[in-house]
Amino acid sequence: MSGTDRRLTLAGIWIVLLAMPFWLPYLGGYTELGSRVLVMALAAMALNFLLGFTGVLSFGHAAYFGLGAYAAGMTIKYLLPSSIAGILMGVIVGTLAAMLIGALIVKLRGVYFAMVTIAFGQVFYFITFRWNDVTGGDDGLTGWQRQPIDLGFTKIDILGNDKAFYYLVLVFFALATGAMALILRSPFGRTLLAIRENERRARFLGIPIERHIWLSFVISCFFASLAGALYALLNNFTDPRALRWDLSGNFVIMAVLGGMRSFWGPLIGAAIFVVLQDYVSSQTENWMSFIGLFFVLVVLFFPRGILGIFRRRTAS
Amino acid sequence: MTQLIVFNVFNGLIVGAFYALMALGLSLILNLSGVINFAHGGFMALGAYIAYSLMPYTGFWGALVVAPFLTAILGLAVERVLIRRLYGRDPLYSLLLTFGLAYIFEDGTRFIWGAQSVPYQVPAILTTPLSTQFFFLTGYRVFMVALVAIAVVALFLILSRTRLGMRIRAGTLDLETVSALGVNVRVLRNLNFGLGIFLAGLAGVLAAGLLGLQPTIGTSLIMPSFVAIIVGGLGSLPGTLLGGLLIGIASGIATVYLPSATEAIMYVMMGVVLLIRPRGLLGEEGRMH
Repeated sequence: MSGTDRRLTLAGIWIVLLAMPFWLPYLGGYTELGSRVLVMALAAMALNFLLGFTGVLSFGHAAYFGLGAYAAGMTIKYLLPSSIAGILMGVIVGTLAAMLIGALIVKLRGVYFAMVTIAFGQVFYFITFRWNDVTGGDDGLTGWQRQPIDLGFTKIDILGNDKAFYYLVLVFFALATGAMALILRSPFGRTLLAIRENERRARFLGIPIERHIWLSFVISCFFASLAGALYALLNNFTDPRALRWDLSGNFVIMAVLGGMRSFWGPLIGAAIFVVLQDYVSSQTENWMSFIGLFFVLVVLFFPRGILGIFRRRTAS
Repeated sequence: MTQLIVFNVFNGLIVGAFYALMALGLSLILNLSGVINFAHGGFMALGAYIAYSLMPYTGFWGALVVAPFLTAILGLAVERVLIRRLYGRDPLYSLLLTFGLAYIFEDGTRFIWGAQSVPYQVPAILTTPLSTQFFFLTGYRVFMVALVAIAVVALFLILSRTRLGMRIRAGTLDLETVSALGVNVRVLRNLNFGLGIFLAGLAGVLAAGLLGLQPTIGTSLIMPSFVAIIVGGLGSLPGTLLGGLLIGIASGIATVYLPSATEAIMYVMMGVVLLIRPRGLLGEEGRMH
């Protein structure tokens, strides 16, 4: 893509996102659905930072997403009734957990890495499930809600006004994607691409592979836990399903469906997945079968993702 | 107190035997084909439901024999139609595909047999306690441990004594050479997948008698199986067996002292193993890449 094309695409994406609360109702959607797309897209893009741009398969990202959600909810419920404090705490807790677990797994590769991330993904699920008194157990964490943001001179009512909350999410989404794009353009980001393309060669060049993968994992989980914190605020609720294995798989399929090798691919994948899930689960009780079938079909027919096909066409 | 500990250790051993049985099947498939079979729990649940449906006609014993075979046949078909296409590609894709299958299996069993748990009858001869002091020692529990032991011994005999087993072991080390020596690798992988699914089916038929049978039975047992493989060591079947038993017993003991840590304890074990010995207890060097 040339520079002008790229700028046009970027402008297009932002115009569509900025105007979403206004055009979505005409297509039968609602503002909350738009916020959900953004949150899921942020999580999928965070995962793709690791999966598509470092070449490491994590199948347990729901853990950090869910930790962000629980930390945000619990902060607002027990510590400080402030949305911003909740988000901050969510990101801190999720990132700390990622730093610890990342250190344990960075030496592993391929299938083994995937399997250990799957397994570790379940730890926090069981903790929230069992630790009833504090987390609410299976019923989820209730009895709290997101708080209006006080800027000193004015108050933003993100609780009563869906659109206001959408734009709050969009601000975080913009900051996060901007930061990820900047990191990927930096020498550090280029090194990650080098590791993805040929780890052995990168190692021979003297690059400390483990340190880079660890950092990439932590950055990825940082943004995933931000998405999780926003998700808890969106629902005014969180339950153990926010960190269960199936959500991890959903993030991966969003990234693959959109196109792992493109920066914006997971946004498209997330939009399709969230809308499809919303629609199918409103139509039939057996939505799980449809989602499962969707996984199978994507793997068999769209392994490169939607943007992947598009790119191959333009290349040939 | 002693009785309580003995009870929970024994209980942990039984649960561990299930983890091991599941994990051995997962390991077989992973070692030869590089596929993480996320649908393993789904196959297991299916095995249990097939046994449940067969029971009115064949009785418990007939179902115990037939259901694992039917499950294995389904496994052969799934490998043939879907999973075979993904060999040699990024493991991401087979993982996603079997992940989708896990969804379909769980929902499918719920659709056919209902979301509620179904009454799963075990012969009365097996449910009577063997001892009044150790009341928990019902015939069924002892029977299960014995049967799992027999299955594991049979598996290791197949792998070490039969031609198929030797080819599977050789293929695990170097599939290309095995293929060059004239072994049909497609058939080998297919049969190996079926063998793994057979173990899952057997685990399902047995576990349903202890844990009750509902559609989520598969997903609740597959996660610990992953932990068992990691603790035991990737690439080592004896390691997988050891890993399964260890985490089962550990969670049994945790039930006595800290019930809320019943599940968490095995992840702690996994963390410790990864920290001290990343390749797992009996894992071979170099397997983790």
